Amino acid sequence: MSFFLQSFLVSVIAASTPLLLAATGELVAEKSGVLNLGVEGMMLVGAIAGFATAHSTGNPFLGVIAAIFAGGAMALIFGFLTLTMLANQIATGLALTIFGRGFSALMGAGFVGIAAPTLPKLKVPLLTELPFIGPVLFGHDILIYFSFVALAATGWFLYRTHAGLILRAVGDSHDAAHAIGYPVIRIRYAAAMFGGAMAGLAGAYMSLSYSPLWAEDMTAGRGWIALALVVFSAWRPAWLLGGAYLFGGIMYLSLYVQGLGVPIPSPFVSSLPYLGTVLVLVIISRDRRRIRLNQPASLGRPFHATA
Amino acid sequence: MSAVLFRFEPRGERSTLWVYGSPVLAILLTIVSTGIIFAAMGQPPARAVYTFLVEPLVGPSGISALLVKASPLIMMGAGLSVCYRANVWNIGCEGQFTLGAIFAGGLAIAMPDASFWFLFPAMILFGCLGGMFWAGIVAWLRTRFNANEILTSLMLTYVAQLLLIYLVTGPWRDPKGFGFPQTALFSDSATAPILFAHTNIHLGCLFAPLLAIAAWLVLSKSTLGFQLRVVGQAPRAARFGGFSEARLIWIALLISGGLAGLAGMFEVSGAIGQLTTTISPGYGFTAVIVAFLGRLHPVGAIFAGLLLALSYLGGNSAQIDLGMPNAVTGIFQGILLFYLLGCDILILYRLKRTGTQAQTAKLAEGAAE
Repeated sequence: MSFFLQSFLVSVIAASTPLLLAATGELVAEKSGVLNLGVEGMMLVGAIAGFATAHSTGNPFLGVIAAIFAGGAMALIFGFLTLTMLANQIATGLALTIFGRGFSALMGAGFVGIAAPTLPKLKVPLLTELPFIGPVLFGHDILIYFSFVALAATGWFLYRTHAGLILRAVGDSHDAAHAIGYPVIRIRYAAAMFGGAMAGLAGAYMSLSYSPLWAEDMTAGRGWIALALVVFSAWRPAWLLGGAYLFGGIMYLSLYVQGLGVPIPSPFVSSLPYLGTVLVLVIISRDRRRIRLNQPASLGRPFHATA
Repeated sequence: MSAVLFRFEPRGERSTLWVYGSPVLAILLTIVSTGIIFAAMGQPPARAVYTFLVEPLVGPSGISALLVKASPLIMMGAGLSVCYRANVWNIGCEGQFTLGAIFAGGLAIAMPDASFWFLFPAMILFGCLGGMFWAGIVAWLRTRFNANEILTSLMLTYVAQLLLIYLVTGPWRDPKGFGFPQTALFSDSATAPILFAHTNIHLGCLFAPLLAIAAWLVLSKSTLGFQLRVVGQAPRAARFGGFSEARLIWIALLISGGLAGLAGMFEVSGAIGQLTTTISPGYGFTAVIVAFLGRLHPVGAIFAGLLLALSYLGGNSAQIDLGMPNAVTGIFQGILLFYLLGCDILILYRLKRTGTQAQTAKLAEGAAE
């Protein structure tokens, strides 16, 4: 039983990490008023950039760095179109996903079915050998620990620092923030690019650790689930953690049940995370007041300084 | 220091010139950028662009292939135009397309011996209902539970694809199909009639522009269309006008879902002839670009649908003639939408030269004297 629980926890942690990384980035972007629906595309581009770099240099950490830059570059395109050219954020986010799918497929055409060096698992002397606690807490690769650090740092930044207060002010009322003299557009660029970098990182985790291969569309909707998680969390970091682990758990269970040979057709089981997302959105969104109170008031609205 | 040379200045009105000029500029910029990407991949750019955009149309079957690819895009693009005008963001057309194909295809498999005049109209009805059913779930979740339609419609797309995989690998699999994940071929009664001998142009290619024109008439000439546009542009005004927002959300989603279902029905009964796991190369997502390129105007979707259909054919010919991955199609489509969204700023803003700071200072000096 304890072995089952151990492998369950290890697998859930692995399945939750890409969701947590991408959702943390999107949370910061949305807090500044930027709604970027291109998370899926940025993850895919991050996944192939990380995989290709790790494969050609032999160094998975260079792959991770490449993925961060690739995701950030995608977000820069988004920022230029929505913040400088005042394009519709919803449409631009979709364009980013369509482009990211095509671009990653084109870049990845030569990388299908080959292996790249994967991220090493951390091995702490003594601690990793502890029964149960060792594998569950001390045997993961560095991105898993980073996902927690990033979330905690994000929560601290948003709610405990002056810069975070400014970022939230920009997201709640860009006109007021502009009137006080804060550079609304520059702050939104920075927040959007942080979101892109985190999505790229989530992609790198997918292709260098979670399923260390490149396959077209390998993120399978995780970028969209991350977007739903931000709504689910009502834009609060602590809830994001719970949501990411809830969905990581559902994703793992859907794989696990298929492995058991339960007489349920596998497509039904595979659809659980998607149906779960719908269900969670329904439960959370029912309370209109709660959404209206927590959602950044300027979310998705373009800003053009007239003076 | 920061030499600001240009800035955007509000025009104060919509520029009619740029409403139509922006897509043209975007298409030109996309072609140039695609050429640059081809060059970066070691292809002679001019020849590669020719292979991508012109070659598919040369030859006897070019126009036929274009119309067959364009018809689902036109139907869905027209439906999305109506939907987006009402500020309802259905991006799950792919799923509604799949449900239309499943409903219509299921009927075709269940009644292999039925006559054409009974079966085919019933399939049209079922295809439409399938798409409406899937979009109706989105409408219900949005109006009843306030759930974001972007995310729910997209999640349901994944569910629809898994449902299709289940059906064609399970209960509906062709027993004589050597285990391939596909149903039996549809009977002649369940196949969309070919309009011109020796081509593949089927009835759906005629339906698509007619449906787009019908959608335009509804949107621009009817009270319902007026209400949809008002609720999209000025929801507060719509509320004061006494329009039921929930009702309009339902209608917008049912129209776009129904058209997507029809597109799925015609795709499997006309272009494919059976259900398989891969009935769409992402038509539902491309339809979003069709809607925007067509200026959220159902008739504009006809032209936009033809261009984006060409990008699919171009991807194939780039793969066959140049040995490039056909993912080029997705890149072309994504870049096109990028440029289009970027160029649209010219509708409401003009680009104004402000000169460098040094020049501005000189001007100020001149004014002082």
